[in-house]
Amino acid sequence: MDALETFRGETRTWLEANCPPSMRTSMPEDETVWGGRNAKYKNADAKLWLDRMGSRGWTVPTWPKQYGGGGLSRAEARVLDEEMRKLGCRPPLLSFGIWMLGPVLLEFGSEEQKREHIPKIARGEIRWCQGYSEPGAGSDLAGLQTRCVDRGDHYLVNGQKIWTSYANFADWIFALVRTDPDAKKHEGISFLLIDMASPGVRTSPIRLISGSSPFCETFFENVKVPKQNLVGKINTGWTIAKRLLEHERAMISGIGSRQGSVERSLEGYAKKYAGEKDGRVADAALRERIARHKMDGRAFGLTLRRSAEEAKAGQGPGPAASMFKYYGTEQNKRKYEIFLSAMGTAALGWEGDGFSDDEVSLTREWLRSKANSIEGGTSEVQLNVIAKRVLGLPD
Amino acid sequence: MALALTEEQQLLKQTALDFFGERSPVRELRKLRDSKDATGFSRALWKQMAELGWAGIIFPESYGGSDFGYFGLGLVLEAAGRTLAATPLVSTVLLCGSAVMLAGSEAQRRAILPAIASGQRIMALAFDEGPRHAPFNMALRAAKSDKGWTLDGEKVFVLDGHIADQLIVAARTSGKPGERAGITLFLVDGNAGGVTRTRSMMVDSRNAARIGFKGVRVGADAVLGEADRGGDVLEAVLDRGRIGLAAEMLGSALEAFERTVKYLKERKQFGVPIGSFQALKHRAAEMFCEIELAKSVVLDALTAIDERRNDVAQVASLAKARLCDTLFLVSNEGVQMHGGIGMTDEEEIGFFMKRARVAAATFGDAGFHRDRYAGLEGY
Repeated sequence: MDALETFRGETRTWLEANCPPSMRTSMPEDETVWGGRNAKYKNADAKLWLDRMGSRGWTVPTWPKQYGGGGLSRAEARVLDEEMRKLGCRPPLLSFGIWMLGPVLLEFGSEEQKREHIPKIARGEIRWCQGYSEPGAGSDLAGLQTRCVDRGDHYLVNGQKIWTSYANFADWIFALVRTDPDAKKHEGISFLLIDMASPGVRTSPIRLISGSSPFCETFFENVKVPKQNLVGKINTGWTIAKRLLEHERAMISGIGSRQGSVERSLEGYAKKYAGEKDGRVADAALRERIARHKMDGRAFGLTLRRSAEEAKAGQGPGPAASMFKYYGTEQNKRKYEIFLSAMGTAALGWEGDGFSDDEVSLTREWLRSKANSIEGGTSEVQLNVIAKRVLGLPD
Repeated sequence: MALALTEEQQLLKQTALDFFGERSPVRELRKLRDSKDATGFSRALWKQMAELGWAGIIFPESYGGSDFGYFGLGLVLEAAGRTLAATPLVSTVLLCGSAVMLAGSEAQRRAILPAIASGQRIMALAFDEGPRHAPFNMALRAAKSDKGWTLDGEKVFVLDGHIADQLIVAARTSGKPGERAGITLFLVDGNAGGVTRTRSMMVDSRNAARIGFKGVRVGADAVLGEADRGGDVLEAVLDRGRIGLAAEMLGSALEAFERTVKYLKERKQFGVPIGSFQALKHRAAEMFCEIELAKSVVLDALTAIDERRNDVAQVASLAKARLCDTLFLVSNEGVQMHGGIGMTDEEEIGFFMKRARVAAATFGDAGFHRDRYAGLEGY
C-alpha cells in the first residue's frame, strides 16, 4: 500500500511537470491524436504530450518495458489513470494498435514481431487499421474470401475489405485472409500484417448516414507481403481473430465514458428544451425515460468495475466482453434517442445557421450511434456469443 | 470499497446457500401454504438461523449480534431468496432491528436487540395504510395524554404482523398525511388492548396482516427516537429494507434464471433442445445481462449502508427499481419458457413469479423508485 502511495506521489509530480496546460482541457474532436507517419497536430502541445508519455511507455502502462510499455502493475496503472483524471489530462493517444492489435501481438506474436511493432504502437509512430469485414462477410465473418497465396518467398494478397475504420489515414493494416479455400471456413483463415504503402493497396472512403466518412473500402490487388508478417501459424488465424474481437468489444463498450470528453447532461438538456417545473423535468414521461436510462448507466458502470475487480491479472476480457459490448452500445443508442425526444426539432437540423453547432453535432452523433450495435459484431451476434459461450445453450 | 467478495464473505455465502438448500427448499414453502400454517414460517428453522448468528447479523456483539454488517445480511437474504424461504429476517431483523439500532435509546436497544438476536422475539413494522406504497401518507393518529400516547387508525400489509410479539408503528403526531414531518415511531405490544389483527395470506404464500388500533394506549417510553421526527428514521429504515429485499430478490432471480436455462437444455421439441432456438437464446442472453447489472447494484447498495455513504437513498432506489424489473422479467420468462408445465402448481417456477409480484409491491415498485431517484438527483 505504501509503495503504491509513493508511486502515486511520484506520478502526480511527473504529470504536473510534464502535461502541458492545454492538454488539461476537454478535447475537441479535431484535436484527437491518432499518431502515425502522416499525423498532423493542430495543437503542438499534443505532440509534446504524446512524446513525453510515449517515452515512459505510459501510453500503454501495463505492457512490458522491453517492448516500450510502462511495465506497470494493474494497481499502478489504475493509480496513473486516477491521477490523470484528477488533473484532467487528455489521453495522449487514441489507437487501434493499443486497443486491439497490441494485446494479441503480445499473446500470439513472434519475438521479432513484438520487437518490430509494439514499440511503434506505444510511441504512436505507426497508425493501424483493422481488415476484418468484407462485402460478403459481415456477421458471418468467417466467410471471408480475401485470398492469400504462398508464393515461396512472399505471400500474394487479392481481395476487398470493407468498414475499415480510418484506413485512408492508416500506415498498416492487420487483416484476416483466406489461406486454405478447401478447409472448413474457420480453419483456413490466417492473421496477416500488411503495410498500407505496399503497391496494390487502395482505399476509398464511404459516406455514412451521418454525413461523415469514418470507414473505408480497402482493395488489395496482387499485394506482396513478406512472410514474416504472418502472426501465429498458417490457418490458425481464427483463434487470434476471436481474441482480438474480445478486446475490440471491451473497447467499444466503453463508449460514452471516454476519457477527456465532456458528457452532456441529459436532464440538463431536458430541462432546457422541454421545460422545468419545481426544479424537475416537467414532462413526467420524459423524466421517467431519463431516470431509467441513467439508472441503467450507473448499474452498467458498477458492473464494469466489478468485472475488473473480479478478473484475474493477465486474463483477457473473455466472452463477458460480449455482454458489455451489447449493453453498452444499446445504452448509447438509447441515450441519443432520449436527447432527440427532449430537444424536438432543435436536434433535427442538418446544417446552416438555424441551429447551434452543438445541436447539429447531436443530430449527427445520433446517426453515428446507430453503428455502435453493428460494428465489432452486431448486438444479435453478441447475444449468440453469450448464449453459447456463457450460458452453454446448444447449437 | 471492492464489489468482489472477500474469502470470509464467500464462506458466509456458501454456508447460507447450503443451509437453505438443505433445510428450506421451495417444497417447505409449499408445505406451509398447503397446511395453512398459523405462523407462516418455521419457528424451528428460525431458531437454527439464530444459532448461526443470522438473527443478529447486523447488530454489534455487545447487543448479542454477530456484526457481519448489512453486506453479510444481504448474502444470507440472497441465499434465502434462492429457495423462497419464508423467514422473519426482513420483518424482524432488517426492518425492526435497523429501526432500533438507528433510533433506539440505550435502554431500548438493550431490551430489544438481544431478544431479536436470540430468535425469541418476532417484530413487525407497520407503516403503509393503502394498497400502494406511500410511506409518509399516513393518517393513523397518536394523541398525547398525561401518561403517554393513544393510537387510533389502521395499517395494512404489515409483514409478519399477524404473529409479531412487538410492533413498531409509524403514527402521525402532527401535520397532514403526505408530510414527512409530524411522524412518530412507537413500540407497541402485539397483544396490547385495542389491537386487532387480521392475517393477510398473500399470493406468494407468505403472510402479512391488517392491523387495527382502537384507543391503544402506550407509555411515554414507547416512543422510538424523537416525537414528530420519525419520518427521517422511517425513510432510513425503509432504505435498508429496500436494499435487503433487493438482495433477496437477486437470489430469486438467479434461481429462476438458472432453472429456466437448465430447462432450455433439457426440453426437446422438433427433436432438438428448445435452447437451440435463437428466439429463446437471445431472450436468455438478455436476461443474463440484466442479472449481471442486478448483482452489481445490490452489492454496491449493501456496501453503501455499511460504509455510511451519503447516497444510500439513491442506491436503495437504484437497487429496488432494477430488481423489481429484473425479477419480473426473469420469472415471467421463466413461466413462458417452461411452457404448459410452467402453468402447473406442481412445477415450482410459478412460485417465483408470485413472489416477484409481492416483493415488487413491498417498499415501492420500480416506478416509485425511478421517480424518487430522479428527485434525489435533482430532476
